[in-house]
Amino acid sequence: MLRSASMPNSLLPIRINDLRLVKGNRAVLGGLDLVIEESGITVIMGPNGAGKSLLLRCLHGLITPDCGAITLGSLAVANSRDEQAMVFQHPVLLRRTVLQNLAFAAPEIAKSAPRHLVQALESVNLADRADQPARMLSGGEQQRLALARALLSKPALLILDEATASLDPASVLLIESLVKTQSAMGTKVILVSHDQGQARRLADEIVFISNGQVAEQSSAKQFFTTPQTPVAKAYLAGEILF
Amino acid sequence: MDALAEAFRLIFSLDADLFEILLLSIRVSLVALGISAVIGLPLGTYLAITKFPGRKFCTLLLNALMGMPPVVVGLMVYLLLSRSGPLGWMGLLYTPSAMIIAQVVLITPIIAALSNQVIENLYQEYSDTFYSMGVTGRRAILAYLVDARYALTTCILAGFGRAIAEVGAVIIVGGNIDHLTRVMTTAIALETSKGNLALALGLGAVLFVLSLLVNALVIGVREYAAKRQYA
Amino acid sequence: MKHLITFIAFALSTHALADTIIVQSTTSTQNSGLYDYLLPILKKETGLQVNVVAVGTGQAIKNAMRCDGDVLLVHAKSAEEKFVADGYGGYRRDLMYNDFVIVGPKADPANLAGARDVIDALQRIKQAGAKFASRGDDSGTHKKERSLWQAAAIDPEAGSGQWYLETGSGMGATLNTGLGLGAYVLTDRATWISFANKQDSILLFEGEPALFNQYGVVPVNVGKCPNVNQAAAETFTQWLLSNTGQAAIGAYQVEGKQLFFPNAH
Repeated sequence: MLRSASMPNSLLPIRINDLRLVKGNRAVLGGLDLVIEESGITVIMGPNGAGKSLLLRCLHGLITPDCGAITLGSLAVANSRDEQAMVFQHPVLLRRTVLQNLAFAAPEIAKSAPRHLVQALESVNLADRADQPARMLSGGEQQRLALARALLSKPALLILDEATASLDPASVLLIESLVKTQSAMGTKVILVSHDQGQARRLADEIVFISNGQVAEQSSAKQFFTTPQTPVAKAYLAGEILF
Repeated sequence: MDALAEAFRLIFSLDADLFEILLLSIRVSLVALGISAVIGLPLGTYLAITKFPGRKFCTLLLNALMGMPPVVVGLMVYLLLSRSGPLGWMGLLYTPSAMIIAQVVLITPIIAALSNQVIENLYQEYSDTFYSMGVTGRRAILAYLVDARYALTTCILAGFGRAIAEVGAVIIVGGNIDHLTRVMTTAIALETSKGNLALALGLGAVLFVLSLLVNALVIGVREYAAKRQYA
Repeated sequence: MKHLITFIAFALSTHALADTIIVQSTTSTQNSGLYDYLLPILKKETGLQVNVVAVGTGQAIKNAMRCDGDVLLVHAKSAEEKFVADGYGGYRRDLMYNDFVIVGPKADPANLAGARDVIDALQRIKQAGAKFASRGDDSGTHKKERSLWQAAAIDPEAGSGQWYLETGSGMGATLNTGLGLGAYVLTDRATWISFANKQDSILLFEGEPALFNQYGVVPVNVGKCPNVNQAAAETFTQWLLSNTGQAAIGAYQVEGKQLFFPNAH
C-alpha cells in the first residue's frame, strides 16, 4: 500500500463540530461531531436518510448548516473550496463535447497545456470519445468524465457521493482504481457508498452514520471484522436494507 | 384566391417595391432582435441564477412588460424621439432606427422573460456542479447561455415573431413613409385602409411564408440539437 | 463587441439627408395615390426627397406642433389658420379642393337620393334609424362632419354606439367598417373613387357648396421649430403652388376622374 500519512495535506485534519441541520420538522443532522485526521480514503456508510449526503454537501459548501463548525486544516469551508472537488451521484455534463467539458472546467490548462486534457481523457479511457457530445456517453462513461473533470484541479480533498451507484462493473473498477491512485498521490478522499464490497476494497477508515450522528468511526479492518455498535452490526448483516 | 394570386404575382415578378418593403421588415426586425438578444438574454440569465432581494419583483416586471401593447410602446418612443422630445436632437423619428428602438423596447422583455424560464430549468440541473467547480458571475452567465443555446432559439423566435408581425409601434415612430419606413405590416395596414383587401391579404401571405421559413429553420436546429443531446 | 457597434451604427445609418423633408399629411392624399403620382415629378424638378407621414388632419397638426414635420398638408382650414396664428406655421395657402360625399348601402334605407340638401340628408339618416359611421378621430373629415350635424341641429353623440358609430380610425378603416355594417359614411371624393372595397355601397349624396373640401399647405415656422428644414419646406410649398405643381395636381386621375382641383391662384 502506498498510503502515506507522512504526505502533508493542507485540508487535514477535518474537524466537524456539533453540525445541525433541520429540514421541515426533522433534524436530519443532529449535532454531528467528526474528526478525520488521517489521509487515505474515508468511506461514509449508514442507512438511507442517515444524513451521509448532507454531511458531504455541508463539507463541500453546497449547504450551509443551521449550526456547527467545520474546519479543514486551518481553513473554513468557504476558503477551502478551491482545493476541493466533488463527484455527484448523477454526473452533470455540459451540452458540449467531451473535450470541451474538460476545457470548461480548466480553462487555463486548456489554453496553456491542452495535452493535459487529452491525458486526462486517456486516464479514464475516453480519449477516443473526445469530440463526441458528452451527454451521448453511457452512464459509466459520463461518470468517468465527471471524475476526470474533478481531478483536473488537483484537489487536496476529493468527495464522491455514491458516484458509482448503478454503473457498469468496468466503470466502477476503473473509477475505484483512479480514486486509489489519487489517494496514493496524497489527495484525501471521502466517499459515501452503499456498496459494502466497494467499501472493503477502498476504505482505510469507515465512518458509520445513523440518525444524523456518527455512530462509529474506526479503521476499515476493525469495522468489518468487529463492528462496535448494534446498528452497524445489523447494517453489515443486511438486516437494515440501505 | 385573389389574394394568393396577387401575392404570387408580386413575388414571381420580383416586384421591387415588395422586396424593398420585405427586406426592410427583415432588417429592422433582425437588428432589433440582435440588440434585444444582447440585452435580454444575459438579463434573463442573471435573474435566473442570482439570488438577491427584489429578484421576484424584477421577474414579475419583465413578465408584465411582455404584455405591453405595442401602441403604448410606440407612443413612448415617439414622445422620446419627437423633435420636441428629450432625444429629438438625434433626428431619429421617422427613420428605421426609430422602428428598431421601439421594437427593442417591445421584445427585450419577451426575450428576457422567456430566457429566464429556460435558464431557471437549466440552473436546477447545473447549479451544484457550477458551484463545485467555482463557476460564478459572468463566466456562469455565459456558460448558461452557451449551454441553453438551442432551447433559447425558441425565445429568440418568439421575439422575432413579435417584431416582424408588429404594426402598432412601428407605424407611430416610423410613419409608414414610402421607400423609407414602410414595412410589411404597415404596408398591409395601408392597403387595408385603401380597401385593397386582396393585396393586403397577399402581403400577409408573404409574411406568413417568411414566418414559416424561420420556424422551419428553428425546428431543424432543435432536431439537430436533440440528436446530440444538446437540447 | 466591435462587431456589435458596427452593427448598431449600420442600423442607425439611415439618417435624414439634407434635402429631405417630412410632410405631415392627411390620409386622403396618400390613400388616393396623389403622392405616388406627384412626388416623383417633384423630385425630378426640385431634387427634393419628400417623406410623407399620413395620419389624418388632427394628428398631423399635433405632430407638426411637436416639430415632427417640415410642412403640413391637411384639410381643415380653421385649424390650419389657428396653427399659423399660434405661431407654429409660417403661412397658409389654399392648395386644391375637392368635395365630400355621403356613401351608403345601395338599398338607401334613409332615401338620401331624395334629399334636398345635406342638412336634409343627415336628418333623414337620423329619422330612418339608419346607421352612420363617423371617423371620430378629429380629422379634417371628422371636423367637417361635426359641423354638418350641428347645422342639422342633431347631436349624434347621444346615439353613439347605437346608430352613430365612431370608429376612431382613418378614412379607409372607417369605410371598411361602416360599409360592412351597412352604415352611411361621409368621405372625401378622392378617397371614395380610389377605394377598392366598396362592397355593395354606392355614392348617394353629393354636389353641394356645404360639402366643399379645401386642402391647404402650411410650412412649419422655423421660429417655433429650429430643426425645420426651412429652405426645402419652402421649395416644396412653392412648387405645389406654382403653375407646374398646380397643373400636375389637376392632371392626376383615377379611373378617368380628376380627384383634386388646384385652386392656389
